[in-house]
Amino acid sequence: MRYLPHTQDDIESMLKITGHATVDDLFNCIPDYLKTKQSLDIPESLTEWELNAHMEQLASLNIACKTYKCFIGAGSYDHYIPAIIPYLISRSEFMTAYTPYQPEVSQGTLQGIYEFQTMITELLGMDIATASHYDCGTALAEACLIALRQNKKKSYKIAVSSLVHPSHRQIIQTYIHPAGYEMVEIPYTKEGLTDIAALEKMEGIAGIAIQSPNFFGNIENLKAFKSLSDAKDILFIVSFTEALAYGLLKNPGSLGADLVAGEGQSLGIAKSFGGPGLGLLAGTQKQTRNLPGRLIGKTKDANGADGFVLTLATREQHIRREKASSNICSNNGLNAMTAAMYLSTVGKIGIREIAQQNHDKAEYLKESLMKSGFKSAFSTPFFNEFVMKVPNGYEKKRKALIDKKCIFAGIHLEPYYPELKLHYLFCATETISKSDIDHLAKEVQ
Amino acid sequence: MIQQPGTSGLIFNEPLLWEKSRKGRCAMSLPKQDVDRSVLDTDLTGDAPNLPELSELDVVRHYTRLSQWNFGVDSGMYPLGSCTMKYNPKTNEVQAARQGFASAHPLSGDEFSQGALKLMYNLEQHLAKITGFHAVTLQPAAGAHGEFCGMLMIHAYHAKNGRQRSKIIIPDTAHGTNPASASLCGYESVNIKSGPNGILEPETIAAIMDEDTAGIMITNPNTLGLFEANIKEIADIVHSKGGLVYGDGANMNAIMGIVKPGEIGIDVLHLNLHKTFSTPHGGGGPGSGPVAVGKTLEPFLPIPKVVKELDTYKFITNRPDTIGRIHTFYGHFGIMVRAYAYILSMGAKGLADASKLAVLNANYIKESLRGTLNLPYDKPCMHECVFNDQFQKEYHITTMDMAKRLLDYGFHPPTVYFPLVVEGAFMVEPTETESKEDIDQFIHAVKSIAQEAKDNPEQLKKAPRLTKVTRMDEVLAARKPCLRG
Amino acid sequence: MKELKDLNFPDDVKYTKDHEWAKKTGELVTIGINDYAQDQLGEIVFVELPEVGDIFSEGDEFGSVESVKAVSEIYIPISGEIVEINQGLEDAPELVNQSCYTDGWLVSIKPSNASEFESLMDKAAYLDMLKG
Repeated sequence: MRYLPHTQDDIESMLKITGHATVDDLFNCIPDYLKTKQSLDIPESLTEWELNAHMEQLASLNIACKTYKCFIGAGSYDHYIPAIIPYLISRSEFMTAYTPYQPEVSQGTLQGIYEFQTMITELLGMDIATASHYDCGTALAEACLIALRQNKKKSYKIAVSSLVHPSHRQIIQTYIHPAGYEMVEIPYTKEGLTDIAALEKMEGIAGIAIQSPNFFGNIENLKAFKSLSDAKDILFIVSFTEALAYGLLKNPGSLGADLVAGEGQSLGIAKSFGGPGLGLLAGTQKQTRNLPGRLIGKTKDANGADGFVLTLATREQHIRREKASSNICSNNGLNAMTAAMYLSTVGKIGIREIAQQNHDKAEYLKESLMKSGFKSAFSTPFFNEFVMKVPNGYEKKRKALIDKKCIFAGIHLEPYYPELKLHYLFCATETISKSDIDHLAKEVQ
Repeated sequence: MIQQPGTSGLIFNEPLLWEKSRKGRCAMSLPKQDVDRSVLDTDLTGDAPNLPELSELDVVRHYTRLSQWNFGVDSGMYPLGSCTMKYNPKTNEVQAARQGFASAHPLSGDEFSQGALKLMYNLEQHLAKITGFHAVTLQPAAGAHGEFCGMLMIHAYHAKNGRQRSKIIIPDTAHGTNPASASLCGYESVNIKSGPNGILEPETIAAIMDEDTAGIMITNPNTLGLFEANIKEIADIVHSKGGLVYGDGANMNAIMGIVKPGEIGIDVLHLNLHKTFSTPHGGGGPGSGPVAVGKTLEPFLPIPKVVKELDTYKFITNRPDTIGRIHTFYGHFGIMVRAYAYILSMGAKGLADASKLAVLNANYIKESLRGTLNLPYDKPCMHECVFNDQFQKEYHITTMDMAKRLLDYGFHPPTVYFPLVVEGAFMVEPTETESKEDIDQFIHAVKSIAQEAKDNPEQLKKAPRLTKVTRMDEVLAARKPCLRG
Repeated sequence: MKELKDLNFPDDVKYTKDHEWAKKTGELVTIGINDYAQDQLGEIVFVELPEVGDIFSEGDEFGSVESVKAVSEIYIPISGEIVEINQGLEDAPELVNQSCYTDGWLVSIKPSNASEFESLMDKAAYLDMLKG
């Protein structure tokens, strides 16, 4: 096996030092009755070439060919990834390093993540961003736990918009239930927005979580929710699944968010069948010590040179153990580094232009689909996703488009919102050209 | 004279991104505008985020220089105890980058994602076989997430049985994530001490296990690198009071093909694909923390769950006793691809050999450094061995000093000051992918440092000297947090 | 860490088994951690304090003191209501290291049971306890 360097001579001379006759004797400290009687029932090893063939065969069973067109989002978006990003992130000094516990030989990771934290605070208009979380759903669940624990009135309920990504609501439920907390869902209006009037009437809640752009792609009036959470004296949490939206939209910080949980997959990270993505978690200065996960700070070395270290570690599980607010240890660091590379590549000019193009294409797609006979479900401003009501029989056509043309056109909303029969969620990003849209419009006519 | 890998070289300074920024630069090839601009209401739009403005070469040089300040497994030996820093095979990266995997949208639909589903199904089967369990979920995103998932299942199991319990037993050799994971489920940790041999004694468990205790969390091999030989007896005691046994499989690299945790009384176990199954640590993640369970806990696995019907694969969500969902989609699929490629490359024999050689390497280091460093628990070890700085105390040299000096010799230091049960712990896990020559070099470096501790302790106090920066002021960082530029 | 003889234990304060000090000024009692405790903890980087108006019973946890790699809970030696906290510690936690009996005080409390203060240790009793 090419990963195992030991020659028979090596093994024999090492056993002489350890004082064992055979390698199996090294396991004499394990009582025999605990050892397995059966060898591992897994296939024999493949050569690199056999592995390539097997994996390509599996990969080809997924409909994700080079020419495929992705008119779907819902938490995972198709964006251009510049060639320098996979090139740079593959540098093994980034990829094969551990958590930067030894700062003297980890300044690359540390400065890179410090820059990431900085650019995320800039993107979101927040004071502090953590070094990353697993994904938006888990980051949002952690944010909800912060609000619940902090609430002085001992409210045990968190109000979550029904237009927060359905999976994220399920994760929140999983996370908060064992500690005795409860999630209440805020209904949505016929404009496709979170019903603020319904929220106003809710009593005994410890925090509010609103996604914007919401699951339907519509842009929420975050300012109004901020006023309401101030009136109720509770924390206001904002989430998002499309990070590029904040290249164009007013950021959650400027609209008063106390905590922001988001998905950063759009920032140069492959869709990769849903993971690993990038959980973003940010807060106001006041929340610094309540945020879970790693934080990197600037400091000086013994010679007075600038450098970076993991800091405020007393919040974390390895020190605070059972009193830690979260158990997170490994995060999605390499993807945070990828996002930093992406943000520095697109820069101030690029992020605005790409965000604007996403919106332009989505508007054009919507108009085109309407011309093909689809109905707009909501007339609310959106970013790059929107909901359409389709004619009867569309599902069959949609599957045929995937099968025959590698075009994914819309996600059926009925499984998530049973009242939305024949409603589909569409998305267009900068990777979709005008002719792609014209082509789709013709196909679905 | 053995030549050590550490030396000096030209290291570049590199400012922060925004210090390099010049107005008007952009490193992105911007797509052409081929549809009309659609302007949103100015009430909704904000200023463009103030990101750095750079050319493509600016970005490339920035990250290339940063990378050169890092130490990775590809740079040199990384004997970090309990972290299993083995070689990360490059073919795994090629596999994960295949268009059909990397570009697959998670909501494509089962019928258009058969390759991904089949890979997940196969990987679950292989992991079940390796661990001796009935079923596996791949959804947890990291080891700690897997622990949380496992504890949620134990919590759900007791709820289903009609009476929730309030406590969980956690030995002093546990990872810090264990008590934190248990707390998230509302369990109070009952901390117990291991015996004088460094392993748990059944009497200790028998004395406190009661019907208000949900179970026990055990790391086996434990964080002292010792096999918990009484595991079966302990499991029987816990089971007799209606509790369950959680196994932390972070140290699975010691026992593949030797012990199957599912056969020795453990009810639920998490694995770290980024430890045992060779996926890169990425400077802190992303990892993947699959959880394996026996029949008792199988109904509580998270959704969605991949199933095989005839020759097709699909996700099912309709499982009444499930703990629910813990990841937005299906977990870290890209990491699963790498681990799957590793298992197929190694095969049954390769995996068993990996464990054997990992244990051989650790015992070889232990015996070779006997007398140089103190062995607080002098017993045959598994894949890692724990020393401490007892012998160096008279020279006022600490574990930290020796760790920092190792950097100058070109080695990443071992895990230090963990496990907490050993004062000044120096915990070495070489892994099976290090050759005898590299290990000999490491042993030589440690011996030289121990000699320097006697002859020239000042040199150790000032270490490291060859790195980009020297010891950092962590007090300043914590007192006056500066978390953004 | 310092030898016991190098540590400073003033005569005009009372001591607790958790290495705190308490000093009566009029109706109020000021509380801090003593020289032994600050020396053991090392360089203090953060102090978490309760809010004015919070009410505690003797032995309750009322805050924590953090060094870079440890968190130590602090327990209230006498029951009562918090009337003032040392806000200077927010920006300068190092005051606890530099002058734990003066600028590094933690909270001022209005006792609800006067006898609790009287039962705390004087310097001699505390030193006996330390020496074991």
